[in-house]
Amino acid sequence: MKYVDEYRDPAAARALVREITELAGDDHVKFMEVCGGHTHTIYRHGIEHVLPETVELVHGPGCPVCVIPMGRVDDAIAVAETPGVIFTSFGDMMRVPGGDGNLLEAKARGADVRMVYSPLDALKIAMRNPDRQVVFFAVGFETTAPSTAVTLLKARSAGITNFSVYCNHVTIVPPLKAILESPDLRLDGFIGPGHVSTVIGNRPYRFVPAQYGKPLVTAGFEPLDILQSVQMLLHQLREGRCEVENQYTRVVRDEGNPMALQILAQVFTLRPHFEWRGLGFISQSALKLNDDFAAWDAELRFDVPGVRVADPKSCQCGEVLKGVIKPWECKVFGTACTPETPIGTCMVSSEGACAAYYTFGRLHRTAAEAASATGVAVG
Amino acid sequence: MEQPHASEGREARVLERIEAFRRRRPRLRDEFITLAHGAGGKASAALVDAVFLEAFRNDELAPLGDGAVLELPSGERLAFSTDTFVVKPWRFPGGSMGELAVNGTINDVAVMGARPAWISAAFVLEEGFAVEELRGLVADMAEAATRAGVKIVTGDTKVVNRGAADGLYVTTTGVGVIPAGRRLGADLVRPGDKVLVSGTIADHGVAVMLARGDLELHADVSSDTAPVAELVEALLAAAPQTRWLRDPTRGGLGTVCNELARDTEMAVVLDENRLPVDRVVNGACDILGIDPLYVANEGKLVAVVPPDQAEAGLAALRAHPLGKDATVIGEIRAQPPAIVLLNTAFGGSRIVDMLVGDPLPRIC
Repeated sequence: MKYVDEYRDPAAARALVREITELAGDDHVKFMEVCGGHTHTIYRHGIEHVLPETVELVHGPGCPVCVIPMGRVDDAIAVAETPGVIFTSFGDMMRVPGGDGNLLEAKARGADVRMVYSPLDALKIAMRNPDRQVVFFAVGFETTAPSTAVTLLKARSAGITNFSVYCNHVTIVPPLKAILESPDLRLDGFIGPGHVSTVIGNRPYRFVPAQYGKPLVTAGFEPLDILQSVQMLLHQLREGRCEVENQYTRVVRDEGNPMALQILAQVFTLRPHFEWRGLGFISQSALKLNDDFAAWDAELRFDVPGVRVADPKSCQCGEVLKGVIKPWECKVFGTACTPETPIGTCMVSSEGACAAYYTFGRLHRTAAEAASATGVAVG
Repeated sequence: MEQPHASEGREARVLERIEAFRRRRPRLRDEFITLAHGAGGKASAALVDAVFLEAFRNDELAPLGDGAVLELPSGERLAFSTDTFVVKPWRFPGGSMGELAVNGTINDVAVMGARPAWISAAFVLEEGFAVEELRGLVADMAEAATRAGVKIVTGDTKVVNRGAADGLYVTTTGVGVIPAGRRLGADLVRPGDKVLVSGTIADHGVAVMLARGDLELHADVSSDTAPVAELVEALLAAAPQTRWLRDPTRGGLGTVCNELARDTEMAVVLDENRLPVDRVVNGACDILGIDPLYVANEGKLVAVVPPDQAEAGLAALRAHPLGKDATVIGEIRAQPPAIVLLNTAFGGSRIVDMLVGDPLPRIC
């Protein structure tokens, strides 16, 4: 694919890996990629085993599906099972377990649950079904929040009243702070989220080097983007610098996307606090519809039970999300908790660290090296 | 800073435990059927194993192949396979449900090494379905049968109340004769064997997804629906020691390779650079966040061929118009057991696992 293959070039990758190996030297460094999209790229392209063993990537909390607590899923199911409701959701959310099953199971029991690619599709469903209540299950960081905001603005200007949003949008900076405050933090730097930064820019991350002394490089989503951001982080460490840098210059601007930010401000307001899967309550970490859009707020329109479900005791998603343990170090990983029967959210989305490791990376380094050592000849 | 090698041994032990766990029979824990049970991945396997195999168990069914091999008292062997078609829309670029209903079933028969000869067709029609539409789809079935040299020899029709079915469903069953002396099976596969695919992957699934029209994505992609029997004959003539054949329909190439790895208890190592994927199809998959390895094909075959016959087999496939993009995509290794590995185009390697349910697109 043009404009994509250039970022997957193996020769360029080998050159970068050589430089990374040299820069890393004998020290063992740990970088966290904050974003689930990065985690997916790392495993899908087999980057973990291409990097030298001295450079370890730790998978962070930026998987929008993974951070939704079970109680919010149960609430979603309660809304979906309200008579007359068409409940719309991104595909990824459909298999996330609540305290009592997931949306796919609710659909099998008779709820009208539909997968959409965009909140605008949900709005279209509302326009085609004026006698039904259509609810959109909004999840995601600042990446997806603007499209929800645009949809709400459209709904208001078109006077569509049978549409509402069950808002679970979250923001990236508070969990990053929570991780940096964590006493068992052992990270040397961060690969910053690319898509989120497209919206919010690079400035919000300045506290990371300034207050916590860790470098951060905002990165794109192709394999070479990841490698280059690792190289940039290592350069900072070697040169004694500690700053926010931008690897994803072809998309991310320092000031972000002012129009998207303005729309967000127009539609949303910060919640005083919000529960994160595995991380607990974090203050001012999530968005809700502001008073101007109260008429489209599913939490006000429907009788949302507001259940709180404690994470299963055996589940160590919190430690995985904070990068304290690796997926395979969780006690239930791969046995009680698998992609078929996930206990924790990290095992659901292919952006989740556990699911990505299980489906793509469940491979010993030596086996991976043996496999790629000899090309498959003939033909 | 911790020692880089300290955790290596522990990780290896965890991985071993997981592989042992995975070799257990899949368990069905669900109380209700969900769409995942029909997607051809792990959930489907669990359902078949726990419900159907449990109740019907017999020697012919047990291998759970694309169909059954039946031995007649005369010693001749038949390949016998059935399939139900529920695709919507009924027409899509490159084909229709009528063509699929014929090609899908006779391809299952053909990749068992048989020459498809007869099929049956059963229709479930929803009250109110347009006769003109039915006539068109049935004409497509007749044309596909003629093209493949098979006869539709028996059938059945049922009509259900409006709302009890989605327009129409078609079930076809095919029978073919396996020429004497021909044998295919996972037990014949050896380390060093080559894996071939007869052309580009993921065309059918992407064409249907786009034709549904709810993705707001327009691209020029056609289904590859076609009969593969001639390809099978050409391959077996040129590479008579061909070990194993499959048509990678629902679940795609990734799923059949996983079945191959499981049944042989060997590694199937694929080379991403060699996977034939049409540029437009690949772009559509990238945008939709799905992996072409798991997208359905309806006119392709995957073959395992001994290394010394791979060149000849490949040349035979390429000589046929349906096999012009045939290529060697990988090989069989003894280790690691029962796993599909992909050497990525980028120079890394990863596992290609069975899908859990329908491929769900990612959020961002």
